[in-house]
Amino acid sequence: MSLFTISGSPHLHDRDNTPRVMRLVVIAMLPAFAASLYLFGLGAVKTMAVAIISCILFEYLIQRYMLKGKSTIGDWSAIVTGILLGFNVPSNIPVWMLIVGSLIAIGIGKMSFGGLGKNPFNPALVGRVFMLISFPVQMTSWPKPIESASQLTDVITGPTPLGILKENLARPGTTVQQVVDSGAIPDYAQMLMGNMGGSLGEVSALLLLLGGLFLIFKKVITWHIPVSFILSSVIFAGILWMVDPTQYIDPLFHLVTGGLMLGAFFMATDMVTSPMTKGGMLIFGIGCGVLTILIRVFGAYPEGVSFAILIMNAFVPLIDKIKPKRFGEVVKS
Amino acid sequence: MLKTFKMGGVHPEECKLSEHSAIETLEAPDTVYVMLNQNLGAPSVPVVNKGDKVKTGQLIAKGEAFISASIHSPVSGTVDKVDSWIDASGYRKPVIIIKKEGDEWNDGIDTSKELVKEIKASKEEIIDIIKNSGIVGLGGAAFPTHVKLMVPQGKKAEHLIINAVECEPYLTADHRLMLEKGEEIIIGVQILMKALDVTKAIIGIENNKPDAIAHLTKLAASFPGIQVQGLKVKYPQGAEKQLIKAAINREVPSGKLPIEVGCVVQNVGTTFAVYEAVQKKKPLIERVVTVTGKKVSKPSNFMVRIGTPVSVLIDKCGGIPEGTGKMINGGPMMGKAFTSAEITVTKGTSGILLMDENESGRVKEHNCIRCARCTMVCPMGLEPYLLAMAADTANWEIAEQHHIMDCMECGSCHFTCPSGRQLLDSLRLGKNKVGAIMRARKN
Repeated sequence: MSLFTISGSPHLHDRDNTPRVMRLVVIAMLPAFAASLYLFGLGAVKTMAVAIISCILFEYLIQRYMLKGKSTIGDWSAIVTGILLGFNVPSNIPVWMLIVGSLIAIGIGKMSFGGLGKNPFNPALVGRVFMLISFPVQMTSWPKPIESASQLTDVITGPTPLGILKENLARPGTTVQQVVDSGAIPDYAQMLMGNMGGSLGEVSALLLLLGGLFLIFKKVITWHIPVSFILSSVIFAGILWMVDPTQYIDPLFHLVTGGLMLGAFFMATDMVTSPMTKGGMLIFGIGCGVLTILIRVFGAYPEGVSFAILIMNAFVPLIDKIKPKRFGEVVKS
Repeated sequence: MLKTFKMGGVHPEECKLSEHSAIETLEAPDTVYVMLNQNLGAPSVPVVNKGDKVKTGQLIAKGEAFISASIHSPVSGTVDKVDSWIDASGYRKPVIIIKKEGDEWNDGIDTSKELVKEIKASKEEIIDIIKNSGIVGLGGAAFPTHVKLMVPQGKKAEHLIINAVECEPYLTADHRLMLEKGEEIIIGVQILMKALDVTKAIIGIENNKPDAIAHLTKLAASFPGIQVQGLKVKYPQGAEKQLIKAAINREVPSGKLPIEVGCVVQNVGTTFAVYEAVQKKKPLIERVVTVTGKKVSKPSNFMVRIGTPVSVLIDKCGGIPEGTGKMINGGPMMGKAFTSAEITVTKGTSGILLMDENESGRVKEHNCIRCARCTMVCPMGLEPYLLAMAADTANWEIAEQHHIMDCMECGSCHFTCPSGRQLLDSLRLGKNKVGAIMRARKN
């Protein structure tokens, strides 16, 4: 007679599992990658390949030979980290720098805390910020889209619209209108489609939005973080704009430039490093949005999404102290 | 308009395979094994000895404690033994074994099919009859019904809520009963209303049983106090507190009973048993059991005598299918896995589910990725990941502070966890320990 299984209830399990969640995230990033392929050409393919392969390899080696555990690359999370790191660097970044960045992302950002689920900071952003501080020149010379798409090296580089704005506004007496009129900043339709200087995967706001909506539709993420992140940055930038439109650009500009969409949908929503309750997620998103604009407008760097998310990551344990409302909670009077 | 509870919940695949199988009345088996621990609370105390002749419906064990219920003989015959027998927990428990001889019913029991509409018994008499008929909650928890009907002093019942949700996947016993015994159920509702002295009763039915909603709505039309309420399909809507929230939007405070918000909840199967007890003088000796599973050749609903071995039911459905990996007493979300088909039908047996090997194991476990789904689906608004971590690390104070005792073990968190964390195992351990610590503190 065969033996029957005995285990506690429930005896059913939802079809969803961690590798599937990660795979859906990968699928959601494909449209933005396709846009990058068109804009930056083969350089984008090379950079993505290096980032993904080195992330997987470092995770495997560290898990196998340093932590001496079973391989964890099957959960697809190293691939997600690799894609996000690749998305966050200029497409012409020297390969060795990217490999160092991958080592920092996986080794320090993730595995040193015990691997998937244990890290307090988004690993891709840890890698990215490390690279930004270590290789400031290479990390801020972005290839010009389309015209440099056919070349692997020696591309023509230039700053991002955020960088152009910051640099120009730094000169006393310059107004936003003058910068816009000078034609240094592409028009909004171009920027929405991603035709501007920027990191590999962050440029196409529209396609990132599409991927983000797919994740919400597939219930991989909830709307709380992206919506609060984007809304709060738009509102905050809008307030500044209304106070002094000569010194502060309109909020729409902030929406379509830089890594706001990528950050709001794909990095701030990283489950591991974001809060556990809906209320907490809203606070987290608002924090990210406000910090992003603060850094962009008043900080030393033209872009602030990475720093904003990392700073808010640090607040997550505190935010998690805010408890959800329980069923039948008795309010002490 | 469909209603539902707001906080949390999941929607497992419904798999109501046996919903079109009419209830088949099974003949009593030659030997019945009547367990003495069929209800929540104290076990019943046998009042018969080996060799005694008993009639169908005769009292064989008495519920003496406050939360306890009497048990009646499901067959006529001779008491073979008062012994022990394996039950769904896997342990041997006290049992009365009766050999069937003939079919002689106890005096006064009306075995005719005739519908008795007029309710003659008074409020006190009804509660007394229910108590003496050994009726317990037939939804699965088997809480003695008469205890629920005795409203504590200072409290007032306003609503009777009939739980016809059947939110567990696979189970269809209540569904079939509503379709086939609708008139009896409506009379049963009136009896319970009289016992509680309430004017309002709501029958909550999930929308995956539109025929039952339509049927009972039609039957209830001539009784203004009885309302049939369709509910959105969502697990665990059959939990008392969630059902009350869905039906009348009241929230039972943490650690309190439904009567705190003026509600008494009774299962629809219990309501039918109440009808039979009060109108036909028939004690609780049989119930509807769903036998089902994806590979089962004939998923069925049976009206069976209490004490019938589960193997008899499975054989009626074509036997245990090849490749069965798990047998479950109850539904797949809250039922208990058992190993031996020797176990017998008790008052709390709502279904027998046979699961295929490839569904019997658990999914691969990964690290928690803090996706927050467990906190989103918890119908009690708890943080299962945190409670499980506290329990796993034996941090009982943290578990208690974060209200582990509010957990009703519905398993929504465990079901939904994409990392396959065995959250409910940890939560059960935590509840057990914290419960013991709290009791020790009180004493």
